[in-house]
Amino acid sequence: MTRKQRLVVIGNGMAGARLVEDVLARGGGERFEIVVFGDEPYGNYNRILLSGVLSGTHDPKDIFINPLTWYAENGIRLHAGVRVTRIDRAARKVHGANGAVEEYDALVIATGSAPFVPPIDGLRNEAGDFKEGVFVFRTLDDCDRITKRAASARRAAVIGGGLLGLEAARGLLNLGLEVHVIHLMPHLMEVQLDGMAGSILKRTLERMGVYVHLEKATTAALGNGHVTGLAFKDGTTLDADLVVISAGIRPNVQLAREAGLTVERGIVVGDDLRSANDPHIYAVGECAQHRGQVYGLVAPLWEQTQVLADRLTGRNPQAVYTGSKVSTKLKVMGIELAVMGEKEPGSDQDDVVTYAEPSRGIYKKLIVRDGRLAGAIVLGDGSIAPALLQAFDRGTRLPENRAEMLFPLAADGAPALRVADMADDVQVCNCNGVSKGQIMSAAQAGCRTLKAVCDKTRAGTGCGSCKPLIQSVLELAVGDLVAEDPSVHYYVPGVPLTKPELIKAIKEQNLRSVSAVFAALAGGREDPASKAGLASLLKVIWGREYEDERDARFINDRVHANIQKDATFSVVPRIYGGVTSAAQLRRIADVADKYNVPMVKITGGQRIDLLGIPKDKLPDVWRDLGMPSGHAYTKAFRTCKTCVGSEFCRYGVGDSTGLGIQIEKRFQGIEAPHKMKLATAGCPRNCSEATTKDLGAVAIEGGKWEIYIGGAAGSRVRKGDVLCVVETHADVLKFMGRFMQYYREHGKYLERTYDFVERIGIDRLRRILVDDEEGICERLDQEMQAAVDAYVDPWQEALAPAHPTQFASALSPRQAPPVASPWLPPAEGAFPAEVANASATGD
Amino acid sequence: MTTATPTTDTLCNLGPISLIPPGEGRLFQVGLHTVAVFRARDGRLYATQALCPHRGGPLADGLTGDGKVICPLHAYKFDLLTGEPVGNQCAALKTYPVFVSADGDILCDLDEQQASCG
Repeated sequence: MTRKQRLVVIGNGMAGARLVEDVLARGGGERFEIVVFGDEPYGNYNRILLSGVLSGTHDPKDIFINPLTWYAENGIRLHAGVRVTRIDRAARKVHGANGAVEEYDALVIATGSAPFVPPIDGLRNEAGDFKEGVFVFRTLDDCDRITKRAASARRAAVIGGGLLGLEAARGLLNLGLEVHVIHLMPHLMEVQLDGMAGSILKRTLERMGVYVHLEKATTAALGNGHVTGLAFKDGTTLDADLVVISAGIRPNVQLAREAGLTVERGIVVGDDLRSANDPHIYAVGECAQHRGQVYGLVAPLWEQTQVLADRLTGRNPQAVYTGSKVSTKLKVMGIELAVMGEKEPGSDQDDVVTYAEPSRGIYKKLIVRDGRLAGAIVLGDGSIAPALLQAFDRGTRLPENRAEMLFPLAADGAPALRVADMADDVQVCNCNGVSKGQIMSAAQAGCRTLKAVCDKTRAGTGCGSCKPLIQSVLELAVGDLVAEDPSVHYYVPGVPLTKPELIKAIKEQNLRSVSAVFAALAGGREDPASKAGLASLLKVIWGREYEDERDARFINDRVHANIQKDATFSVVPRIYGGVTSAAQLRRIADVADKYNVPMVKITGGQRIDLLGIPKDKLPDVWRDLGMPSGHAYTKAFRTCKTCVGSEFCRYGVGDSTGLGIQIEKRFQGIEAPHKMKLATAGCPRNCSEATTKDLGAVAIEGGKWEIYIGGAAGSRVRKGDVLCVVETHADVLKFMGRFMQYYREHGKYLERTYDFVERIGIDRLRRILVDDEEGICERLDQEMQAAVDAYVDPWQEALAPAHPTQFASALSPRQAPPVASPWLPPAEGAFPAEVANASATGD
Repeated sequence: MTTATPTTDTLCNLGPISLIPPGEGRLFQVGLHTVAVFRARDGRLYATQALCPHRGGPLADGLTGDGKVICPLHAYKFDLLTGEPVGNQCAALKTYPVFVSADGDILCDLDEQQASCG
């Protein structure tokens, strides 16, 4: 094995330590020997929570992300409390102040930033140190010093009314001091807030007892030896025996500048996060400048470390960072605030939607551009922030009625619930019975991604509808430390590619079986949880040329029936459009008698379910039924429910039964990322509930049909969106097929149509599938026709099984005594299963 | 060909390996007892108790790969070699030594509690 590469990280703050975590999460511990230099003599901690430490709500030990032992456990050499004095680029060495010298193959600079101290007379004593009682607020040690001073102080002045200054003010207020905030600008937090929000915030702070002084320039710190007050440009003074300077931050770039790297406001890096001058040096976090931007929030930093870790570990050598949409959700002195994007309209074309309730400290402002969210400020109402952040991040279209975004709808349930107010024993996951407290504990014990929490607690692993709520609890527990597992973007967890990347690789490398995909794209590791998803995708891509490997199928698809809790199966024959006959019913009844079927049940999809059939009886049951499979067990077209329609119903305006039968005959068994349940209704009374189906058609007066997509009435309830209105049955079939094919190609595995339609957006779907904006409709129609033509009733395997033991419930050993079979003894001591003789498995 | 005597009378010949398609598992009934045998795509064999400790799911019907099996009922995952639960707090599976004879038969060493299969 070749020598491990050396990865040296300068900076053990939020960015440096997170990068190391991300590298380890991608298996980078095998590739790299990791060395970290940290200025402070600790493990790394959550700087965002320092104000909590100052105000006494957090113990310093609670804000540590990784203690010193973590570094040792992960084989990382940490130089704690060692400042780096020099980078020798020619020799690729880093020199520490204590004399330590470390060589590197890759160097990551994550030195963060330092407080900016404005020119103020009398801040320092003769030795050049801050006068007694004057502090900056950046580190745990600063926190400790301020707390000690506060014990004997009466009145504190905070210079700077930005985010950090207000955080410091909150801490000091909680310590029982009289607190004055001195701000140069006309309103507080001018970087994040507009004037109105700033003034509402000021009012709220004043109600809490903080004195806010605006447009005040501090010129001098008064007092001999220790501070006694401040003097201002307008000639006034303020008595104070504790002063905290929080006037902004400046990136720590001295080291990089001395090493000859290009430095402007920060260290200049490209989309690969590499220094413009040196291919071995990278920068992330507050010290990096990317496309002219220096970010001071954690979310962009997380995005940067993920990209860099992807590149360094080879997980995705092409990963690029293209900049972050800046948004943040935080608490200012306990007041919830979310800000994202722009705070003022860019032109008079932009819509500005505002709602203000100053006496309650509530202010909401949306900047809407081309129907999308270009920016927002939400003060004092945390409940709507998640939906806004999502709309902002994804660039989705806002509802026409913008008020829906400003005021949470009670019907929406989960987002409106305030997780902070929920008791610990409230059940969050109703499938697996997992409480808020259990999720909080898992998060606090180190699970910082949704996936990690779900894996640990099993919350969200049932129907999955509680995942947004789990995410909220996770955010409550660990705040900004919430991370995103890279695998959430993968089509299946075991192959590190998104769906478009995966499809591209499969086509380019001509991979036609699930095992070929694992061999080519997952290093041969056959993740069992990924098999069924890959099988579904390969079948969509290759159609008849797909090399079917039965072991890649879930049991339901191996035996074409739905497994039940007692390992028996349910059999649902297809009854087209829910229209049956006396003869068919008689046949079903005879089968139920003959096989002593324990339960015969009318399903919600207008068919008949025979429950409790042993696996080995399935072929006999199918043969005796003489009906095709209803596919009530697979991720595919399931059924089309119908109402009586125009044939008998006195209200019917369209032939919904005829249409439903045609739909079912055409699309039976068509595979998709998830199941598709359909319905047709003969009039807008909608007795068959077609508007809450994956696809639905509703007849309206004038011989027309409305086609609905993305409806749901299961774990989620959603009314479908009208894709288009057409005049004939043939057109209903055409547009439904077109949508299904698009969903087959673009849906994530196990993504239901209602999530898919929301993700893509109904407007865009109309443009693609009705207006043919991308020119793909003809191809989609052809692909769907090919899939329809390739359909074979899987219950034909009753006559020709795929494997002799396909339907065996249990196999019995040979009756001959074991000694009768001569066998080669394995090497001594090597007896158990792992030495199974692979060469002897010929069959 | 060498003829040898098995070291234990609990060794059962479960039949030809071709009973199990590559990558799948099958349930075997041995007297009153049951065992799930899995044939990995790389040729390795594994044998575990037949039913999932969680709710009695038929493990032989589970998806396998990477030396793991996922129970078909509630997706609890187990290591096939050690029987240990993976990502869940379920009890571990009992596992049994299993290999293929020179004739291509599955030989499984069920423990002393199990009846011999003669």
